[in-house]
Amino acid sequence: MSDRNPGLTIYLTAIIALVLTVLPLPTWFAIARPNFLVITVLYWSIMIPRRGGMLLGFLGGLALDVLQGPLLGEHALAMAFATYLAIRLNLLVRAKPLFEQSLFVFAALMVYEFLLWVLDGWSGHPLSTPTRWVHTLTGGLIWPLVVGVLGRFHSTR
Amino acid sequence: MAVFGTEVDRPLYGRGPSPGLRFTVYAILAVVLMYYDQHGHWEQRLRYLLEAAAYPVQVVVNSPSAAWRSLTENFQGREQLRAENEQLKAHERELELQLMREAALEQENAELRGLRASMLPSLIKSSILAEIISVETDPLRQRIVINKGARDGVSLNQAVVDGTGILGQVSRLGPWSAEIILVTDPEHAIPVEITRNSLRSIAVGSGNSGELLLPYLAVNSDVKSGDLLVSSGLGGVFPAGLPVARISGVRRESNQLLAQVRAQPLASIERDREVILLEFESTHPDAPAPNPPIAPVPQTPVKPPPKIPENDE
Repeated sequence: MSDRNPGLTIYLTAIIALVLTVLPLPTWFAIARPNFLVITVLYWSIMIPRRGGMLLGFLGGLALDVLQGPLLGEHALAMAFATYLAIRLNLLVRAKPLFEQSLFVFAALMVYEFLLWVLDGWSGHPLSTPTRWVHTLTGGLIWPLVVGVLGRFHSTR
Repeated sequence: MAVFGTEVDRPLYGRGPSPGLRFTVYAILAVVLMYYDQHGHWEQRLRYLLEAAAYPVQVVVNSPSAAWRSLTENFQGREQLRAENEQLKAHERELELQLMREAALEQENAELRGLRASMLPSLIKSSILAEIISVETDPLRQRIVINKGARDGVSLNQAVVDGTGILGQVSRLGPWSAEIILVTDPEHAIPVEITRNSLRSIAVGSGNSGELLLPYLAVNSDVKSGDLLVSSGLGGVFPAGLPVARISGVRRESNQLLAQVRAQPLASIERDREVILLEFESTHPDAPAPNPPIAPVPQTPVKPPPKIPENDE
């Protein structure tokens, strides 16, 4: 795809990631499934911070809210914050080796899930099973793969 | 138009509001949304619109499994179909017999209730058949989305069953789709009654799709494995007498006030892709009590049950 218009690529990949994120799977796969949407949005926020950005994060979060959130705006807030972190720290993160990027993604996903957890608690949906944190780990692990795949859609330099 | 690669290296914050400011704006927007989703009412309409917008995504997401199902259905062997047909016929005969008996019982019942003047209307006024388009079962949320919505006559809090028992109730409504909260969702509670001795209690979802918990039964209450639970008709959503679950395990600890009772729901979304939404005749004595649910929030709010320790110390 052309480098001239990464916006289209970004939104297309985000939609595909959204579908992957809400695709019904058997319970155990669903627990271990990384949150592709958040990871994709993080990727674009880190690599092309001008284009992806917080609006994408906010809209993506809103989509997740409608599809599976107990409360409208919850995922939107958490995702906007995760992208905010990614945009603020993008120069720092981008220069690091993949392994350290994975660590950062893991941390960002933890922050994301933590916000959701807090908001769940406040709004009276206190649902804390340890399994909700599993996807942050798999998300960090899958990051190199995501870089490999999404890296094909734009020139890094 | 500059080549994209050069753009990246330009200072980030030169143009437009800074990320911090933008985040603040989005955060405020999100908090406002959350506030109104929790407390407001105009928000319902926004929800409704968004549900409509989400419908295509749900259909797309469901399409691989739907395609797989239609494929396997198309290539079912002739033998298999014949066998299934035989089985269904036998089952139907059985049901017809039961129905005949039931009609007699119903009549007898009506007479006993002193309503000889007119036969009771049937409890179920109308039903809507709907197909499951997406399933969400993890320990946090046990929900399904069906392909019928307000346009097809579905309403909030409507009872949803399958062939074997109560599945759940409608928790969110879109024009062409609706979300159903299953009885096994940890936020769902259903008033039940044990058929053997009419003991009433509340069955709370466990978050595990094969299990309900009855956390409010005293240690000395008369309940044992194998007891059938039916809806008790309290709570205003489900009518009396629809089967819900079968008790699968009872544990009594002498140092605790409450028994640890588990039940296995009879209805299962794994078995069937189709569900039935019921509307009840409000004049029937078994119809759900007329008091409407208090809040627009459909699920009966319950305090989380006292944590049952897995192992006694």
